[in-house]
Amino acid sequence: MSEPRVAVRKTYKLYIGGAFPRSESGRSYPVSGPGGEVVHVAQASRKDLRDAVVAARSASVKWSAMTAYNRGQILYRIAEMLEGRREQFAGYAGVAEVDAAIDRWVHYAGWADKYSQVAGGTNPVSGPYFTFSLPEPTGVVGVLAPQQSSLLGLVSVLAPVLTTGNTAVVVAAQNRPLPAVTLAEVLGTSDLPGGVVNLLTGFTAELAPWLAAHRDVNALDLTGAAPGVRASLQAAAADNVKRVYVPSDDDWTAAPGLSRLNAFVETKTVWHPIGV
Amino acid sequence: MSPTFDYAPAPESRDIARLQPSYQIFVDGAFRDGTGDAVKSINPADEEPLAEVTEAGPSDVDDAVRAARRAFEGPWSAMSGAERGKYLFRIARAIQERSRELAVLESLDNGKPIKESRDVDVPLAAAHFFYYAGWADKLAYAGYGPDPRPIGVCGQVIPWNFPLLMAAWKLAPALACGNTAVLKPAETTPLSALVLAEIIAEADLPPGVVNVLAGGPAVGQAIVAHDGIDKIAFTGSTEVGKIIQRTVAGTGKKLTLELGGKAANIVFEDAPLDQAVEGIVNGIFFNQGQVCCAGSRLLVQESIEDELITALQRRLATLRVGHPLDKNTDVGAINSAAQLARIRELSEVGEAEGARRWSPPCELPDRGFWFAPTLFTGVSQASRIAQEEIFGPVLSVLTFRTPDEAVAKANNTPYGLSAGVWTEKGSRILSMANRLRAGVVWANTFNRFDPTAPFGGYKESGFGREGGRHGLAGYLDV
Repeated sequence: MSEPRVAVRKTYKLYIGGAFPRSESGRSYPVSGPGGEVVHVAQASRKDLRDAVVAARSASVKWSAMTAYNRGQILYRIAEMLEGRREQFAGYAGVAEVDAAIDRWVHYAGWADKYSQVAGGTNPVSGPYFTFSLPEPTGVVGVLAPQQSSLLGLVSVLAPVLTTGNTAVVVAAQNRPLPAVTLAEVLGTSDLPGGVVNLLTGFTAELAPWLAAHRDVNALDLTGAAPGVRASLQAAAADNVKRVYVPSDDDWTAAPGLSRLNAFVETKTVWHPIGV
Repeated sequence: MSPTFDYAPAPESRDIARLQPSYQIFVDGAFRDGTGDAVKSINPADEEPLAEVTEAGPSDVDDAVRAARRAFEGPWSAMSGAERGKYLFRIARAIQERSRELAVLESLDNGKPIKESRDVDVPLAAAHFFYYAGWADKLAYAGYGPDPRPIGVCGQVIPWNFPLLMAAWKLAPALACGNTAVLKPAETTPLSALVLAEIIAEADLPPGVVNVLAGGPAVGQAIVAHDGIDKIAFTGSTEVGKIIQRTVAGTGKKLTLELGGKAANIVFEDAPLDQAVEGIVNGIFFNQGQVCCAGSRLLVQESIEDELITALQRRLATLRVGHPLDKNTDVGAINSAAQLARIRELSEVGEAEGARRWSPPCELPDRGFWFAPTLFTGVSQASRIAQEEIFGPVLSVLTFRTPDEAVAKANNTPYGLSAGVWTEKGSRILSMANRLRAGVVWANTFNRFDPTAPFGGYKESGFGREGGRHGLAGYLDV
C-alpha cells in the first residue's frame, strides 16, 4: 500500500515582459485555490505596473509590425494551448466557460486578417488623388479585467486588444486572479512575443489610478473598475487624452460584435496624387 | 528677383457679404437676442467692427438644450432617414447658392484670403452636407449594425480657423444620424455660423433641431457641462480638449475631440523639389498656418537642405501678404490680437533658443493683425518651436539623415494629427506612411480635405474621426 501523494502546489506570480516575477514589493495576498487550499498571489505595486508598461511599449514595435496573418496564427496557437489545458482550467471556471474561452480565441484569431478590410477602405475623394483609410493599433492598452468572469471575461476583453495589434497591461480580477495567472502560462508558451501581454494580480483600486494616469499608456478599458471610481479614472485618463472604453453590458456569452475591436484602433488616412 | 509685372488690386466687394448691423443667436427655430453681452465682431484685417453680436447667457444654453431635446424626441428622430436627408440636401444647395456671400463674410470675419474661403472653406462645407445627406437613409449599411440609433442632443464647440467648414463638419453627420445639435461658434468668428442658421431656418428644419449660440468660453463650458446633452464634439486646442475630457468624465456623455498638431513635412533628397516647395508653402501658410494639421515642422534630408531652403526662400518672397478680400492675396490676417501675441511670443522664444529667423521683405498694413511668413532654420528637436503648436505662419526647419531618424523625429511630439512625405520612391512612401503616428499622411501633397476621407488624430491630437463612413460612429449609439 503506497502512501498518499502530496500534491505539488503552484506559486502564482506576475507576468511581465514574458517572465514570471514576484512583485518587486514582496507583497502577496491570500485567495482560495482550486482545491480549496490557501494561495498567496503576488500583490503588484505601482513599480510593477510601470515595469509592465515599459515591457508593453517595447513589445508594441514588433507586435504591431507583424503581419495580420501572423498575429492570427499566434492567437489561434493560444486557443490550441488552452485546449490542451482544458482540465486544468475547468478546475477554476467550469468546463462550459473554458470551452467558451477557447472558442473566443479562435473567433478573434480569425478576425486578425479581416478587420482591416471591414474597418478600412478607399475614399472616393473629389480630385485626382488615391486615398485610403486603415485601422492601426492605438498602442499600449491598460485593461481592468472583469471582476466576476475571471476567465471568459478576461479572454473577451484581452483578445480584441491583441487582434488589432495593441499590447496590453492587464490588472486581473482581484479576488479571482488564478485563472489569469494560469492563462499567462498559456500565453508564455504560445509564440506570443514577451511583453505583448503583461498580467498583474493585486488590488484593482490600488493599481487602477496609476494605470489611468500613466502617460505612456494610450488607452484604458474600464470593464473591471467599480462604477464608483470610473469617473475619477476617466478624469485621470485625460492627462494624455487616453481613449477610454466604458462597457455598456457584460454578457460574456453573447456574440462579441465589433465594439471592442473598434475601441482601440486609430484610423489613418493616406493621400497620394494620381498623375503621370 | 523683381516681378516683370505688378499686380493690380482685385478686391472682392464687401457688400456681397450682406453684413447686418447686428446678429442674434438661433434657438428653437427663431432668432433672438442672447442674454449675454453684446459684443462687436471685428475685422482682423483692420480692427474695425463688422457687426454686433449678442452672446448667449446660461438661460439661453438651457433653452437651446431643451429645444434640441424636444426636437429630438419629437419630429426629428421620428422622421425617416430619407426625409431627414432631404433637409440636409437643401442646406447643401443653399450653401452653394449663397457661396459668394458666405466666402466674403468668412474672409471679413476670419481674415483668411478670399481665394481660400471661396475655393476651400465654402465648397467643402457644402460638400460635407451633400455627402452626409446621402447617408441619412443608408445608416443600416454603414457597418454599425442593422438599425443604428442616434445618440440624442449633441453639444458642438468649434474653432475660429474654419468657422463655416467646422460647423458643417459637426452638424452634417450629427443631423444625418438623427441627432439634434447645440452649436457654439468661436467668439471671434460667429458670423458665418449665424448665417448658416439662417439657411437652416429657410430650409424649414423643425425648430430646435439646430441651435446656434454665439459666445465665449463660458458658453462652451455651460454646453460641455450641461446635463441635458448626450454627446460633446470639440475641435480646438489640446489644452481645452483635456479640460473637456475631464469635465465629461463619469457623465456617460459620448466624446470626440479634434485637437492640436505639430505635423512633420518630411522631404527626402529624391523628392520633386519644385512640387515639394509648393507643398511646404501650402502646408504652413494655408490659412496663415492657423490649421491644426499645418505642416509646421519641415524635416529635410541633410543633403538637400541648402538647395531646398534657397528654393523655399525664393518662393516665400513671391507670396502676397495683405488684404483678405483681394483675389491675389496668398496670406491674410491673423485672426485675433491674442493669437498674434502668441505667434510673436513663440517666435521670440525660437530666436532666444538659438534658431535663425528669416522672413521675406514684405510690407504689412499698419492696422490689423499681421505676421510675415517666417522661417526658422537650425531648430533643435527640443526647442519649443519644434514641440509646441504655434498656429501661425511660422515654419521650423530640422534636418535628418536616414528614414529612421525622420520617423523618430516626426513622431517625437505628444501630437499625432498629420504628416507629409515627399519622395519619388513608392515603397518609401508606403513604409513612411506606415510608421508615422498620425491620423492623416499626405504623400507628395499636403492639406487635402474631402468629406469622404476620415480625418482625426492619434495621441494628444484627439480621438474620433470626422468625414467618411467613420465620421458616423461619433454620432451613433455604437
